[in-house]
Order: sequence, then structure tokens, then C-alpha cells
Amino acid sequence: MNLVELKQEPQKLTAALSGELDHHHAKEIRETVDLAVREQLPPTLVLDFTKVTFMDSSGIGLIIGRFHLMEECGGVLEIHNPSPQIRKVLRLSGADRLAVIRNHLSGKAEKA
Amino acid sequence: MKTLNEIKCTFPARSENESFARTVVCAFAAQLDPTVEELADLRTAVSEAVTNSIVHAYRGIDGGMIAMTVRLLPDAVIYVRIADKGCGIADVRKAMEPLYSSAPAEERAGLGFTVMESFTDKLSVHSKLGSGTTVTMRKKIRHGTEHDRH
Repeated sequence: MNLVELKQEPQKLTAALSGELDHHHAKEIRETVDLAVREQLPPTLVLDFTKVTFMDSSGIGLIIGRFHLMEECGGVLEIHNPSPQIRKVLRLSGADRLAVIRNHLSGKAEKA
Repeated sequence: MKTLNEIKCTFPARSENESFARTVVCAFAAQLDPTVEELADLRTAVSEAVTNSIVHAYRGIDGGMIAMTVRLLPDAVIYVRIADKGCGIADVRKAMEPLYSSAPAEERAGLGFTVMESFTDKLSVHSKLGSGTTVTMRKKIRHGTEHDRH
């Protein structure tokens, strides 16, 4: 199963994630995303959660790690379309304060 | 407390079984007609407990097993016990502190116990160095209770 699909645009790199983001799948996603970020040094990295059906604290580790990577590269991190379950985990961890969270339907940036 | 229904399963501490464990607990809880949110809470809490056994308890140990018991208790309470025979936790109180992780280099957020505590009604952790760790969680399914009254 393809867990992450990358889309490169002039100012941003979008990683569209899919399936269940747990410890089992986090490593593969991390390696794919980090390789692309280090190659392309995008000003914005978007983690698109539209097709993610589940996330536990392994996903929080993934988000915090990518936040630090983007900080190191001088870029920013955005999280798109997290489900209510994912928002709850984001809120609990405080990771919602590290990234701009957007909902595609409204298009507005918001807090989780 | 009287057990109304129960399942037990034992599986190898392999990361591909994290998904299996979550699914088993949710399938069992379905008899209470939980809300989507209650089910998601349970799914997430179970995932954290099983991941802890795989990532921490059996670190560097092959062939470790995880024993999971799921019970339906009176008043629509789901009881989940996840037990391993891994390395055990030296200081349970410290391990349960939010953001504490013994493996930060692996991008573990240190939130496993925090999630279990927040997403269930009662969490208890018993651990003995060299013998293993047992986590038990209880969650009342309120939707099911309301449903029964009607």
C-alpha cells in the first residue's frame, strides 16, 4: 500500500498521507517525506491528512519531527484536513500549536 | 465485578499487530453500540498500550508475546487488559509523565500513557522489572447506556 504520495509545487511540497498512521507505518512515511524535504527544501511542507483514517501518538512524533526538520530548513509546516479523532490527539499533545491547520472545505487557517 | 462477555487473544509483539489489536477491541465493543467518538477513543488507547509493549517492553527481544483480554462489565463498561512479559518499567510514575520518553531519538512523543489516561475512564499500570507490564483500562460506553434505556 502506498502510504504517502508526494506532490511538488513551486512554493510547497505536499505529502498526502493515507491509511492508519501508527508506529508500524510512521517509519516509512518519515523516510519518504524527509528524503523529499532535504532534496527540495520547500518553503512549506503540507501533511495532508484527508485520507488518514486513524492516528495515535506515533503520528504526533512524526509531526513534531517534521516541524523540527522544517524549522532547520527555514520552512513551515501545515496540516491539512485532520479528522475529528486526529484533531483530538493533536489538541491533547499540543502539536496543533506547531503547525498551521487548514480545512480544505473552508480554506481558512484555524486552530485544531 | 461480574463479567458479562469476554474475549482473550495472544499475539506476537510485532508492529503489524497494532492494527489487529485495535480492530479486535472495536469489534468487541460494537455490541454496546458506541458512538464514533467513543470507538475512536478506545481504538487510540489500545493502540498506545500495544505500541508500548512492542517498542519498549520487548526492545531487542525476539519472540515476545502480548496477551490481550477484553471484557464487557455491567453498566456498559469495556475493560481492556494488555499484558507483556518484557523488560518492565523501573519507574512507572516517571514513565507516565506527559512527554517523557525513554526513546526520544526514535520520535516517540512520550504521550502513550497520556492518551490512554485521557481517552479512557480509568487506567492502571502494574510493572515489575524483568517480569513485564500489565496495563488495564476501563471505558464506559455512554451511548450504549442511553440506548438501553429507550
